[in-house]
This record gives sequence, structure tokens and C-alpha cells, in this order.
Amino acid sequence: MQAHTDHDVYYVPPPSIWPLVGSVALLTLAGGFSMLLGKMAAGPYVMALGAGILLVMLFGWFGAVIRESLDGKYSSQVDVSFRWGMVWFIFSELLFFAGFFGALFYARNIALPMLADSQLLWPGFSATWPSAGPGANAVPTPVDAWGIPALNTLILLSSGATVTWAHWGLQKDRQFQLKLGLALTVALGIVFIALQIHEYAEAAFTIRDGIYGATFYMLTGFHGFHVMLGTLMLAVILLRALAGHFTPGRHFAFEAVAWYWHFVDVIWLLLFIFVYWL
Amino acid sequence: MNTATDVADHHEHEHGAPSGIMRWLTSTNHKDIGTLYLWFSLFMFFFAGALAMLIRAELFQPGLQLFQPGVFNQLTTMHGLIMIFGAIMPSLVGFANWQIPLMIGASDMAFPRLNNWSFWLLPAAGVLLIATFFVPGGALAGGWTMYPPLFMQGGIAYDMSILAVHILGISSIMGAINIITTILNMRAPGMTMMKMPLFVWTWLITAFLLVAVMPVLACAITMLLTDRNFGTHFFDAAAGGDAVMFQHIFWFFGHPEVYIMILPAFGIVSTIIPAFARKPLFGYVSMVYAVASIAFLSFIVWAHHMFTTGMPVGGQLFFMYTTMLIAIPTGVKVFNWVATLWRGSITFETPMLFAIAFVFLFAIGGFSGMVLALVPVDIQLQDTYYVVAHFHYVLFSGSAMAIMGGVYYWLPKWTGHMYDERLGKVHFWLTAVAFNITFFPMHFLGLAGMPRRIPDYALQFAEFNMISSLGGFLLGASQLLFLYIVIKCARGGLPAGNRPWDGADTLEWTQTSPPPYHSFVTPPLVK
Amino acid sequence: MRLPNRPDQRVGPSLRAILAVSALLAGLLPAQVHAEFGLNLHAPATGLAQNIYDLHTLILWICCAIFVVVFVPMFFALIRHRKSKGHPAAKFHDNLAVEVVWTIIPVLILLGMAWPATSLVLSMKDTGKEDLTIKVTGHQWKWEYEYLGDDIRFMSNSSTPKEQIDGAQPKGENYLLEVDRPLVVPAGKKIRLVMTASDVIHAWWIPAFGVKQDAVPGFIRDTWFRADTPGTYRGQCAELCGVGHGFMPVVVEVVPEARFTAWKEEQKALLAAATANAGKTYELAELKALGEKVYTANCAACHQANGAGIPGAFPALSGSAIVSGDRAGHIDIVLAGKPGTTMAAFGKQLSDLDLAAVITYERNSWDNKVGDVVQPSDIAARRK
Ligand code: HEA
Ligand code: HEA
Ligand code: HEC
Ligand code: CUA
Ligand SMILES: [Cu+2]
Repeated sequence: MQAHTDHDVYYVPPPSIWPLVGSVALLTLAGGFSMLLGKMAAGPYVMALGAGILLVMLFGWFGAVIRESLDGKYSSQVDVSFRWGMVWFIFSELLFFAGFFGALFYARNIALPMLADSQLLWPGFSATWPSAGPGANAVPTPVDAWGIPALNTLILLSSGATVTWAHWGLQKDRQFQLKLGLALTVALGIVFIALQIHEYAEAAFTIRDGIYGATFYMLTGFHGFHVMLGTLMLAVILLRALAGHFTPGRHFAFEAVAWYWHFVDVIWLLLFIFVYWL
Repeated sequence: MNTATDVADHHEHEHGAPSGIMRWLTSTNHKDIGTLYLWFSLFMFFFAGALAMLIRAELFQPGLQLFQPGVFNQLTTMHGLIMIFGAIMPSLVGFANWQIPLMIGASDMAFPRLNNWSFWLLPAAGVLLIATFFVPGGALAGGWTMYPPLFMQGGIAYDMSILAVHILGISSIMGAINIITTILNMRAPGMTMMKMPLFVWTWLITAFLLVAVMPVLACAITMLLTDRNFGTHFFDAAAGGDAVMFQHIFWFFGHPEVYIMILPAFGIVSTIIPAFARKPLFGYVSMVYAVASIAFLSFIVWAHHMFTTGMPVGGQLFFMYTTMLIAIPTGVKVFNWVATLWRGSITFETPMLFAIAFVFLFAIGGFSGMVLALVPVDIQLQDTYYVVAHFHYVLFSGSAMAIMGGVYYWLPKWTGHMYDERLGKVHFWLTAVAFNITFFPMHFLGLAGMPRRIPDYALQFAEFNMISSLGGFLLGASQLLFLYIVIKCARGGLPAGNRPWDGADTLEWTQTSPPPYHSFVTPPLVK
Repeated sequence: MRLPNRPDQRVGPSLRAILAVSALLAGLLPAQVHAEFGLNLHAPATGLAQNIYDLHTLILWICCAIFVVVFVPMFFALIRHRKSKGHPAAKFHDNLAVEVVWTIIPVLILLGMAWPATSLVLSMKDTGKEDLTIKVTGHQWKWEYEYLGDDIRFMSNSSTPKEQIDGAQPKGENYLLEVDRPLVVPAGKKIRLVMTASDVIHAWWIPAFGVKQDAVPGFIRDTWFRADTPGTYRGQCAELCGVGHGFMPVVVEVVPEARFTAWKEEQKALLAAATANAGKTYELAELKALGEKVYTANCAACHQANGAGIPGAFPALSGSAIVSGDRAGHIDIVLAGKPGTTMAAFGKQLSDLDLAAVITYERNSWDNKVGDVVQPSDIAARRK
């Protein structure tokens, strides 16, 4: 056998309490949510408790990872593992959105024409989009794609550019470019969310308005949620950049978040095309 | 050939097995976590099996004897749901945890901490699921397939179950990412992809299926949740939704899901048969391609569960043809197993008995699947006991019996002791015989027109139901023997030695039995 | 038609079990011969069902043949190539030619199976040129039949008494497969069914016709059959639809054309009589008696015969505030149901008389002693 240096040894972390805490957190959260849905008064408090435990877990767990990373425990092989892990995680997220897009296409192109064919039940109904279905008495007025949505497209695309610019800075060890790029990206993310909230508030229809409202809010809502998560993660990365955690050679956390951000970007483009525009 | 033991006290790895309960609660060790998975799934198997016993007791005779229809529907639904998500899937992940690092010469899983989370999410979901039996209105009763609009009518248990399945989904996705990463990135030097044991290959592809379809299930049940609670109308025709849309999304997950439950079982059987035929696996390369083709095809056959929903004829034909195509790669696997046996030097230890029964009985289930794949015939058989017969042949004599075979095969490695071979054989024969008494008559019941998911039936079905129930009770009782054998082996027995099976040649048999707490800390060199 | 395959009821269970085991063994023989033991599909009563039957037989034989070809060699190997017989292990593990062959042969077999199946699918989907169209609506847990163009519409409820289900009475011959009013169709005509449901998905199934079609709420799905031999054909709902799913039989009476015309006239006369009575005022006792019947058929599955409901799932009507309160509120919930729960809108399913009767019955039964009478005209007035 050849001799092994430290770096050839794959780092296996010591026993850790965080996974268990995470499970307790999710159980509490889900239990509280069930109670809320069951109209039990304690529901929101139990949920808050669960969310609290989850936060503790996230700090504990990520804290441990960051410490290990700074201690240089992660060999290049571990780094590759992280990359694979992130790739497949994003892949699974992609499929999650694919399900909702599938619902949109199915409802619009298959279910509505079939409803229109069922004249015996819905006399006079014709398949047009947007639609709140044959039982509704009005057709929802969609959001104009070339208003806020187009602006938001621009914002997200530029945020993709700024995060890449930050990455270039990091690769060349220009820490200022890194920090500025990140800060800009976070700012753009916040603006996007603000505009999205404004759009929701102004929209002439709600999630209850039939299939159009349901697909619209579900898709844009989950996307918006992902933007929020992404912005939060970027903010954490910004803090770590300020603390000088990243070097040109070792900055997987940065890259992971950047990948995630690009993924959110791509989903938005699809949303813009299929939900707002067409 | 490995240096595993002498680096055990390497400074980065001085944490040995912690003692007491914390060893299990906080473990980052793939073997401990694998053990947890296996015990958990065994418990759930008995829980869901006990529900099946109640089902068979009610169906023993026509008439309502033990349960009101609403309770009966809870029993069948929870039986199906827990068997699939609580018993079969976790036990296969348990095998993955124990075997994959050992088989590819890795020190552990790629993400040991995440691995622990994947496991500990299961009891959380299990608690939530089992608790539904005690909430007002009772547990889920709309079938494990959760079809709306029936699903809209349930009580709080329905929301709890959705959240439980979400948690199970998170666990599965993280477990699968872990497995893929381990296989892609942690193989010992020299262990090329095409040298990996077939079990590892089947899990690589299964994990891919999991990452691809569990999110789709999450999407489907999220829509159920919002339809129930937040005023969306995805499945309500009056608002432009469609109940059948749920079925499409569900089965886009559901069909790959059934292969998720069978592909690792193929892997186990492909490991056992060569070992006891003392002959290399026939057609390794074509086996790999066959598994990949099955996985690919599994994405485009889903609507064969929906032939009676009234799809356009083009849809019916497309899904019929693609479904039939699956017979080809599956056939290749069956033929290869037979060819592996051919001119071997065969012995019949318990694992081998289970593996052979698997090939034989799974084929019966596969053939009834072919019968169901033909649209006109499926129109007659959809939602009858013929389908119940089909899926118990592929799930019990398929997945579950492969799992039992795998347990016998690797128990000596896991515990360091030999199990009781004589009792093992008794368990096998009781299981195989009782299984067929239970489920073979269901083909006839289905053909003769008995619908599934009914608590009471017309008189002409009485005989076969009685036989089936008697078989079922015997089958259930036989599993108590299994429990006894496993516990007995875990607690002691003849030392197994490093390699109790002379035909076994994968990497795990080079380790001691049980393997050291940290095996392959430095990777072995595979030639 | 009698259902095939019922061994004599007088035979004890143990003997029945023996009979069944031999039937099981007999299953290895050609299936058709043993149809009376219930081993195979129902005796077909339509051309489509016959074709399905034949297709199934064909596929079964093909599968059996493949089974033999695959497993005879396996068992040969298991018997002959054993270590205990001193058989040494060969070393081969690959053979491209063999593998290609056993990939191609199944392809050919599959083509042979797909061909007849495809043409059968096409003819099953051919719903054109019908002689009669009937709209079938699935409700929890009864079927509604409407003869389109003929103004005939009625409900078809299970008529198996609760006592038989609970074992208090011996079970009748058509236990669980009998209804109060079957669907009546003329023999030899192409009947097109357009199917839908009001609450959840049901499936309308008559095995002897080879017809099974899901009834999906809000959508129309169609299917067809043509039965030539008059007789009674029985089936069941085949999609899980809640607690009454096992108690939702489908019964079709196929009658000669002349009888069918006469039957239609009868129905129309009945309907006319009912409309003539619309303004009539009923006595409490009269309505209670009718109401009890309506209650048993439509409400007891959930609210239970004793009005106690099932805690957590179905509210008790005995002592209910709505039932013993203001009659308008009571009428409204029965007419309109409660969206999002299993409580259906019975206004669409029951006549004014039936509704008046059942509401009167509920208000004056169990712990409820309101003492008032709800007349059909009251119902008509609250229908908007
Ligand atoms: C492990 C799980 C598993 C597996 C492996 C399979 C495998 C297959 N299944 Fe099954 N199936 C289920 C689990 C599984 N199924 C479940 C759980 C349900 C019900 C779900 C519910 O509604 O609750 C179901 C339902 C189901 C239906 C819907 C029935 C209905 O509700 O109407 C259909 C229809 O096409 C079907 C088909 C098939 C086919 C064609 C295969 C094929 O993969 C089989 C291929 C194998 C062979 C064919 C045998 C070996 C091959 C040869 C020896 C080669 C030569 C053979 C020929 C040329 C024919 N299955
Ligand atoms: C992997 C999956 C799996 C497994 C292993 C099994 C195992 C069994 N199943 Fe399963 N079954 C499903 C998956 C599975 N099932 C699914 C998905 C459904 C569909 C659900 C739905 O419709 O939604 C279903 C539905 C189903 C039905 C149809 C219900 C209906 O449609 O109304 C029946 C009926 O007989 C049945 C019976 C059994 C029996 C007798 C066993 C036996 O093999 C079980 C044997 C094991 C034990 C019994 C446990 C061990 C022993 C004890 C607990 C000790 C106590 C017992 C005694 C002393 C006797 N199952
Ligand atoms: C499928 C089950 C089902 C059937 C059949 C059914 N009901 Fe109900 N019923 C319900 C449920 C569930 C509720 C409770 C609705 C709610 O949440 O308020 C209810 C509520 C009621 C109430 C209000 C009781 C109260 O105190 O809230 C009345 C009155 C009633 N039903 C009458 C009837 C009548 C009359 C029939 C038959 C013609 C009938 N129901 C059939 C399920 C059913
Ligand atoms: Cu209606 Cu089942
Ligand atoms: Cu399938």
C-alpha cells in the first residue's frame, strides 16, 4: 500500500447531535402545523417552537461545517462530494418545479379543453386562458407581463451577472470586488422580493380564483420563497466574505450559493415565459 | 490487503463507537445508521403486517364482522402506505448504508452527518403517521394513492399524513443524494464503475430515481394540502381543475417508485445467486444496461394505472406499448440469473432459497403485470384483486423476499455470528408456501370480479377469501420466526469468520465480521 | 342471468375450502372449463367482453409458455448442477450471441401481443352510432341514471338489508349485488353511456359487458356496450369512493325491445303522477314512514340508523342544533350540502317529496321532538 498523507483520509465527522435536533424540529413544526390546520389554539406556538429549534440546528450544524472547513479538515475529495451533493440537490429542486409546471400545462392544455367538451355539464363554457373554470362567474385579469414581471426579469438577470462578477473577483483574490458583487446581488434579491410583494398586493385576483389563481400563486410563490432563501444564503456568504473566509482556491460555499442563485434565475425565466407572458 | 485496522487510531479518527444511547442518536457511522434503518423497517413491517392481519380477518367471511367500513379503509390505506414508505424503502436504504461503503472500499458515506438526519427523520414521520390513528376521524382512508376529491373529505389525519410524507420525502432525497455522491466520489482506487458490484449499480440508479421523483410527489401532495386548506382548486373541475391531474402527477412519481422498491432487490439477488452458484454473474454489462433501461422506461409508463379514467385512445396505446417494453430489460435480468445458475455448483443455503424463490415468484408477478399492461384486459382487471395479487407478487415475493434473503446473506457479516440455518430454512419454506396460499387465489378473485378496497364481498368470493386469509395468518405467524432468528443471531451464535460463503467475492468479505467500527479508513487498492 | 360460480350454500365451510383448493389445482387446466368455480373472467355477454376474454386467454397462454421455457432450464440446473452432486462450477460469464437472441425474441412476442390488443382498444373507444344515450352519475353511494331525451331519471340504491351485512339475517343470493331500481336497456342495441360524478370518483363496472369506466366529477367520459341476451347483469363500483364503496352495486336489466318501450311508458306515467301530487299536503305519520325509507337509503351510511353519526367524521343528527332548530336551516343544509365535506347537496338527487319526508323524519326521530311537518311545497319554496 502506498503511504497516506492526512489529505488522503476522507474526513468522517465525529458523532453529532444536530441531525437529531433537526428531526425534532421538523416533527415539532409539522405537529404544530397540523394543530393549526386542526384549528387548535396551541398550533402557532408549537410551530414557533419548531422553527426555533430548526434555527438552533441550522446555526449549530452550519457552524460545525464552517469550523471544520476553516480547520482544513476537508480534502479535495470532500470538496468534490460537496459539489455532487449540491448538483443533485438542485436537480431535485428542478423536478419539484417541474411538477408544478406540469400541472400548469396539463390544466391549461388538457383539462380545460376537456371541460369545454363536457357541454352536458357546463353548457356554454369555452376553454380560454386565463380561466377560473366553468363554475366561476368571472375571468381573472392577469398581471401584465411587461410591467413589474419584465422589470423583475431584468433584476434577476443582473443579479446573476453581479454574482458572477463577484466570483471573478474571488478567483483573482480581489476581495473588494467579491464583497461589492455580493452586496449588489443581495440588494437586487431584496428589490426583487419587494416588487413581487407589491405585485401580489396589486393583483386583481387571488389564489382562490380557480385554476389560474392556483397555478399562478403556487408557481410564483414557491419561486419567491426560493429567492428569499437564496438571498438569505447570499447574505450569509457576504458575511463570511467580510470575515475573510474565502480564498481563490477554497470557496465551495460561495459556489454552491451561486449555483443555487442561477437555478432560481432559470426558473424565473421559465415563469416569465409560461406564467406571465404566453 | 487492507490497512483498515492499523489506522483505526489515526488521530483524525480517534472517535470509536461511543457507548450507550448516544451512539445511536448521534451516529455518523454508516454501519450504525444502516442498523438503525434495518430495525426501524423491521418494526414498521410488523406494524403494517399486523394491519394486514386485521384486513384478512375482516375478509375471512362475507359480512361485516370486526370493523366498520371506514375503519377498514384506514387499515388498507395505512397498510399500503407504511409497507411502502416505512418497511420496504427504509430497509433497502439500510442495505445501502451497510453495504455500499464496504463494497466500494469507502471509509463511510460521503455525508455522514446528513446520513444520520436522513434516518432520524423516519421516526419523526412514523410518529406523525401512527398518531393519525388516534385523531378525530381516524387515519388516512382514501387509499395509499391519495386520490382527490375523496382526499378532500378526510379529517385532520389527512393533513398530518401529507406532512409526514413530506418528511419522508426529505429523508429519501437526502439519503439518495448521499448514496449517489458516495458511489461517484468514494470508490477505492481501481474500483472503476464497471467493476462495481451490481448491488451498487442498482442503488446508484435507484438513488437517481429517488432524487427525480420524490420532489414530484412532494409537489402533488402540496397541491392536496393547499386545496384542502388554502383555497386553491387544482383538483376541482368547477374551478377549472381536474381530479385526474393528480393521478398523472402521482403516478409520475408512483411508477418509478415501484422500481425504486425492486431495483435494489434485483441487486441483492444478483449478489446472492453467483455466490451460491459459485460462478460469476452472467452478463454483468447487460445487467447494468437493463437496470438503466428499466429506470428510463419507468418515467414514461405512468398512465398504465389510469387506463379506466377515460384517456384518449392515443394515450392508452402509448402507455400500453411503453409498459410492455419493460418486459424486455426485465426479461434480460431473469434470463441472466438463470444463465448464472446454469452449470454452476449450486448449494441451497437460506439466502439462496430466497433468491431462487424471488426469481420464480417475481416472474409470476411480472407476467401478471404484462396482463395488466394490455389496455382491454386492464379495463376488466383494474381495481380488482388481480391487481392486489400482481403487486404482492412483485412486492412481497419480490422486494420483501429479496430483503429477507439479503438479511440472511449479510447477517454473518453484520453480527459476526451465523444465524440458525435450520430455522432459516423452516422460515423460508413457511414463507414461500404461505405466501402463495395467500396471494395466488387473489388472481382468481380478481378475474371473477372482486373489487379491491372493499370490506365486504358477494358470496361467490367467499371460498378463495377464506383460503387467502388462512394463508395470510400462516404467513404472518412465520414472520415471527424471522424476528426470532434475527434477534438470536444478533445476540450470539457460532462465529462467522471473515467469509462464511465460499462463493462470495465482493470487498466486504475481506473485512472482519463484524467489520471494524471504521473500515477502509484508507482506501484499499482494487485490482 | 345467474352469476356463475356459486357452490351450494348448504355445503359447510370446510368442505367449501376443500372444493376451493381443488378448484385452485384445477386452475392449471384450461380455464374456460372451470368457469363455474370462478377462476376466470365472467362469461361474456357482449362482443367486446368476448374479445377481452379471448385476448386474456391468449396472453395467459403466451405467458405460461414463456414461463415453461424459462423455468424448466432453471429447475434443471437446480437439480443437476448442484454441489452436492459434485457438479463443478463452469467459468463462463458472457455470451453476446445468446444475449442478443433473448433480447430479440421477447420483442417479437410483444409485437404479437400488442397487435390484437391495439385493434381491440380501437373498437372499445368507438362510441359513435349509438341507439340510446344514458347519462350515468355516480354519487356517494348510489348511481343516477338519466335517459337523455326521454325525461326519465332515477336513483339506483343498494337494496341489500343492513341485517344481512351485519349477519343478523342469512345472506341472500345476490348479496351486495342487488339494487332497488336497476338500469333497464333494450337488447341488441348500442347503448352509449356518458359518465360523470357529483362528489368523488366512482367507476361503473359490469364485468359481463367488459365495461369499466371511471366517473370523474365535472367531466364527461363515455363508453358503450351492446348486450344481445336479455337478463340481469351485475357489477360494482370499482373506484374507492369512501365508506360506502363496497356497497355500491351496478345492476343492468337487458330486456327485449318491446318490453323496454313499455317500461319507458310506465316510468313516464309514474313521473306524471308525482308531479300531479306536488301541491298535496301530507300527514306527519305518512311522511315519517316514507322518510325513514329515504333516510335508510341515503343518510344512514354516514349519520347511522340511530342518528348518532360517527364522532369525528359524521355529526349526530339526534340532538343536533340544526335538526331541531329553524326548519329553513335544516332544509338548506340538506338541499345544498356542505361544500368541502362529504355532506352532499341532496337537492339535486332527491325529489321534493323525498326531501320533505326525510327532513320531517329527522325532526321527529331519536331525541328530536320538534313535532312540525315539512311539506314538499316548503322544499320547493326554498329551492332557488
Ligand atoms: C415492485 C413493484 C412492482 C413491479 C416491479 C411492477 C412491475 C410491473 N407492473 Fe406493476 N404494480 C405495482 C408494483 C410493481 N409492478 C403496484 C404496487 C401496483 C398497484 C398500485 C395501486 O394501484 O395501488 C401495480 C399496478 C400495475 C398496473 C396497474 C393495474 C391497475 O391498477 O389497473 C399495471 C398495468 O400495466 C402494472 C404493470 C406492470 C408491469 C408491466 C411490470 C413489469 O415491470 C414486469 C416485467 C417483468 C416480466 C414481464 C417478467 C419477466 C420477463 C420475462 C421472463 C421476459 C419475457 C416476457 C415477456 C415477453 C412477456 N402494474
Ligand atoms: C411492500 C409492500 C407490501 C407487503 C409486504 C404486503 C404484505 C401483505 N399484504 Fe398488502 N398491500 C400493499 C403492500 C404490501 N402488502 C399495498 C401497497 C396495498 C394497497 C393499499 C391500498 O389499496 O391503498 C396492499 C393491500 C393489501 C390488501 C388489499 C386490501 C384491499 O384492497 O382492501 C390485502 C388483502 O388481503 C393485503 C394483504 C397483505 C398480507 C396478508 C400481507 C402479508 O404478507 C403480511 C405478512 C407480515 C406480517 C403479518 C407481519 C408479521 C407478523 C405479525 C405482526 C405478528 C402477528 C400476526 C399473527 C400472529 C398472525 N394487502
Ligand atoms: C357521505 C356522508 C353523508 C351522507 C350520506 C349524509 N350526510 Fe349529512 N352530513 C355529513 C357530514 C360530514 C356533515 C357535517 C358537515 C359539517 O362539517 O358541517 C353532515 C351534516 C348534516 C346535517 C347538519 C347536522 C349538524 O348538526 O351539523 C344534517 C341535518 C344532515 N347532514 C342531514 C343529512 C340527510 C338528511 C342526509 C340524507 C338525505 C344526509 N345528511 C346524508 C355527511 C353525510
Ligand atoms: Cu363508488 Cu366506489
Ligand atoms: Cu406502474
